[in-house]
Amino acid sequence: MSSLRKRIYRYRYVYLLALPGTLYFLCFKIFPMWGVVLSFEKFKVSKGVFGSEWVWFQNYINFFRNRNFLQMLRNTLAISSINLFLGFPLPIILAILLNEIRNQKYKKAVQTLVYLPHFMSWVVIAGLTFFLFSVDIGVVNKLLVAAGREKVSFLTDPKLFWWILFGQSTWRELGWGSIVYLAAISQIDQTLYEAAEVDGASKWRQILHVTLPGIMPTVVVMFIMRLGTVLDTGIEQLMLMSNTFVSDVAQTFDLYAYQQGIQQGNYSVSVTVSVCKGLVGLVLVVLSNRAIKKTGNEGMF
Amino acid sequence: MTKKAKKKRISGIEIIAYLVVTLAALCCIVPFLYIISVSLTAQEVYVPFEFRLFPKKLSLENYAYVLKNDAFVTALLNTVFITLVGTFLCISVTFTYAYALTKKDMPGYKFMISMVIASMLFNPGIVSQFLTVKGFGLLNSRWALIIPVLSSYYYVILAKTSIAGIPADLEEAARIDGANDLTIFFRIILPLSKAVLATLVLFLAVYHWNVYFNSVVYINDSKLRTLQVYVKTLIIDNAVDSIDVEKVPSELIRYATVVLAMLPIVVVYPFLQKHFVKGVMVGSVKG
Repeated sequence: MSSLRKRIYRYRYVYLLALPGTLYFLCFKIFPMWGVVLSFEKFKVSKGVFGSEWVWFQNYINFFRNRNFLQMLRNTLAISSINLFLGFPLPIILAILLNEIRNQKYKKAVQTLVYLPHFMSWVVIAGLTFFLFSVDIGVVNKLLVAAGREKVSFLTDPKLFWWILFGQSTWRELGWGSIVYLAAISQIDQTLYEAAEVDGASKWRQILHVTLPGIMPTVVVMFIMRLGTVLDTGIEQLMLMSNTFVSDVAQTFDLYAYQQGIQQGNYSVSVTVSVCKGLVGLVLVVLSNRAIKKTGNEGMF
Repeated sequence: MTKKAKKKRISGIEIIAYLVVTLAALCCIVPFLYIISVSLTAQEVYVPFEFRLFPKKLSLENYAYVLKNDAFVTALLNTVFITLVGTFLCISVTFTYAYALTKKDMPGYKFMISMVIASMLFNPGIVSQFLTVKGFGLLNSRWALIIPVLSSYYYVILAKTSIAGIPADLEEAARIDGANDLTIFFRIILPLSKAVLATLVLFLAVYHWNVYFNSVVYINDSKLRTLQVYVKTLIIDNAVDSIDVEKVPSELIRYATVVLAMLPIVVVYPFLQKHFVKGVMVGSVKG
């Protein structure tokens, strides 16, 4: 016992340093988890947590029976899979091509430019999108009119909505996503390229047989990590880009949880959605962590 | 063919590489250049539905108009406050906590690391967070945009990985010289974590500057509005329905406002570039 006290005393200054972080994680990360309780109640602010009616799994049954449930599931999966499957290879291609640029100054300049959009807020990106594609001030429509063509309402067309989101996300993350792969490429043993060259392998064959296998472990890890977030849709992006014309294709679980909870005050409904999403996310993160460890990498935890 | 001659020859792949990366760079920068160009157009030469790459006459009057607007200045000052204070506090909380997490034999270590992992594994959702912030009496205050986001597992792990990379001998040597953990943290750990500090400062400053969702959720008072919320009400609420075009400030004002909302980031970012590339690698899973 005294040895424990001794150890605690030895670390007294570390405890002091850790105090703000401990309080923060307790109050704002761990404490909010009791909110899960609300999903089993018909929570009314006036009655409080302990006075509200306890309804067991009724909120969950209502959520799965909601006539928009399938629509929300479809939209969530569609938006994230377009990003996952079409968006995933693009940074890899960019990194490989950047690596082929021998003029270092040019390469640096390009990198500076393609990383920049990652730092823009969704408000600025939505603003740029309006300046480019809206009916009233969009450049593309100005050009169409100048060419004697009809205006196109890009931002209110449900058929285009997912692709607008995909375009925005790609624009924002393409360059940023390539950093990891560029670093992986720089780790590849240069003698492999020299050997390939001696064997008469063309540049194209070198990419295929040296670069790609060399970055494959990174590619696999990144893909698994992305799979873990398949139910996440960017809430800010959706809040900014959705409008009444596209609501059928814009409604996702994240947006629904926000609208029900914050805008309409249906706390129990919103918490139910969040808990379902959180549980699926939990399973996915644990599975993907296990998969990453299986590939021989250090996991996230 | 000698090796030298081969090096000089430009391969087909290289031509494709130059074309594609140039196109990517142009896609990233042209929208910015375009809105900057339009925002510099003098109001008298502006024709609403006409496309021009470069304005007929340059003028800063649109910027002067925006900067004279009280609502804009209020939002700007709120955002500057949140960015400075939020970044400083977040760095402090994250680094001190990360330092403690490198002491694995400290009683309570398991509990401290468990909280970080739990926060990564399960997110109870927006309402639970909202009720917590409300419970602490932070609603409708600038602190609602600072205190609930003082740290996160990602930042903690980034800082912890960096601190763990500092040779243990340095700490031992200092301890033999009679230094306590506080001295070691401020004199050894912090100065040797400059690269990750710079990365985190950039990430956090950008995060706070760009805050939108939290400020919509936690703040009603228009005097406490942040810049992004102001920009959103100006540009987007008026952009979808074209009926109101007459009522809102002209297109030029909207462009100038967006440029001002992103300017600090564009100006500061190139100087921090070499740091964050390193920082991103520390934080990512090693391939």
